[in-house]
Amino acid sequence: MTRETRIRRIIKPAVFAACLMPLAWLVWRAASGDLGANPVESANRHLGDWAIRMLLLSLAVTPVAQITGLSVVMRFRRMLGLFAFAYASLHVANYVIADQFFNWADIWADIVKRTYITVGMLTFLILLPLALTSTKGMIKRLGGKRWRKLHRIIYIAGIGAVIHYTMMVKADLSQPILHAAILFALLAYRFIRKISNSPNAG
Amino acid sequence: MQIRYRKDSEPKSSQITPKSVFLDRRKFLKSAAASGLIPALGPFAMANRANAALTGKVLPNVSKSPYGATLTPTKSSYVTSYNNFYEFGTGKEDPAVLARDFEPKPWSVVVDGEVGKPGTYNFEDLISPHQLQERIYRFRCVEAWAMVVPWVGIPLADIIKRMEPTSKAGYVAFETLNDPNRMPGQTRSVLDWPYVEGLRMDEAMNPLTLMAVGLYGEELPNQNGAPMRLVVPWKYGFKSIKSIVRISLVEKMPPTTWNKTGPGEYGFYANVNPEVSHPRWSQAKERVLGSGYFSGKVDTLKFNGYGEEVASLYAGMDLAKNY
Repeated sequence: MTRETRIRRIIKPAVFAACLMPLAWLVWRAASGDLGANPVESANRHLGDWAIRMLLLSLAVTPVAQITGLSVVMRFRRMLGLFAFAYASLHVANYVIADQFFNWADIWADIVKRTYITVGMLTFLILLPLALTSTKGMIKRLGGKRWRKLHRIIYIAGIGAVIHYTMMVKADLSQPILHAAILFALLAYRFIRKISNSPNAG
Repeated sequence: MQIRYRKDSEPKSSQITPKSVFLDRRKFLKSAAASGLIPALGPFAMANRANAALTGKVLPNVSKSPYGATLTPTKSSYVTSYNNFYEFGTGKEDPAVLARDFEPKPWSVVVDGEVGKPGTYNFEDLISPHQLQERIYRFRCVEAWAMVVPWVGIPLADIIKRMEPTSKAGYVAFETLNDPNRMPGQTRSVLDWPYVEGLRMDEAMNPLTLMAVGLYGEELPNQNGAPMRLVVPWKYGFKSIKSIVRISLVEKMPPTTWNKTGPGEYGFYANVNPEVSHPRWSQAKERVLGSGYFSGKVDTLKFNGYGEEVASLYAGMDLAKNY
């Protein structure tokens, strides 16, 4: 088996399956009536947690490739990004369908009045064009330069996601702070690299 | 000579976890959870369903009361596995696990301030002079979920009267145990420990206000605030302070924990009020625990449906300002 077929036939499906595990876990727990006293909330937390985790993982791909020289990980970046979008979509769908049961008036009131929901929805809207332009055809159509420029708004989405998480929490900020620190490190890496690579540096 | 053969189903002695290791593991889980290393104990709580059980210690001589006779109580496993009790972790399922080894007895309560009979009272001395009653109350959390809980307790007014409050007593202040060795959540300063709460004197003396010592006819489970907790059914749940070690009658409005944490979000009164929205949650509706996944929410009632009993306490007050 060549390196290429190994990546295509084994590693990629394995990463894909791994990314599906949190969803499988949720479905299994839901099916066995094991989501606790407030299943709508449990599901929402779970989906939101994994949306942020996938987003941070997708942002970690480039630094990992550059630092370790393992360029093969770059081939999973799009998949991770799309999983972030998938979990975010399920998170929003669960909110609209199960939590609010299509009560659009209440949903709109939430978006307008509750800043953490405003930020959350804006973050989701940022992810939308990125998911839509993730295909090879779209990259070609946009041109690599414009595509890269557009996809830099993922950094804003990352910041939005962490703010949404932080504002949602009542008192125990340990988890939001942990996620914020990881995001900060990932963004700082890019910033420092950009400065040190710029022609004016030195 | 007796020779004993090991059955295949029996573990080899090498497979049995030494007790010390087992205890260390639990200790590790506890400290890890308390330190926030484990974000939520969900999976662990699941593996330990037994934690969510009632205590099994049936309270003798509990009289029925007309309160809530028409309500259907929430499944007991929900009441004992979904708790906001930050002294035992900030996840909803943490307290059932982290409070498992908590020993609520012996327990004593300091009664002080504007009373004729201050002192340190044993739990038994404080409670046993009174007739225990069962009261089924709606319980509404500020986070917009609700349940129906069959408490066992005595009216707080009965205890206060026995302590002979002076004419200066305007408020009652309560304090939760502050002991990080027994309450692992207190090793982190998530809230300003000890947890404190308070009621205006007339609120404390209202017949609805209960000092609860039991749940579902049995002694209060640790995660629900053993051995004694307040229940103020027309206010958001955070007013119903748990594991009380001090009751002080005071002149001025006492500080309250969530109000100190977020003054713009949590007021002293914290009356359930669908008309006054909270920055995080519209309070117009609530999710009733135990209803189906797609059953949606129901409308929240003003004073959680206890307006007939308590609305007069707030006559003339602007409840949007005094939230």
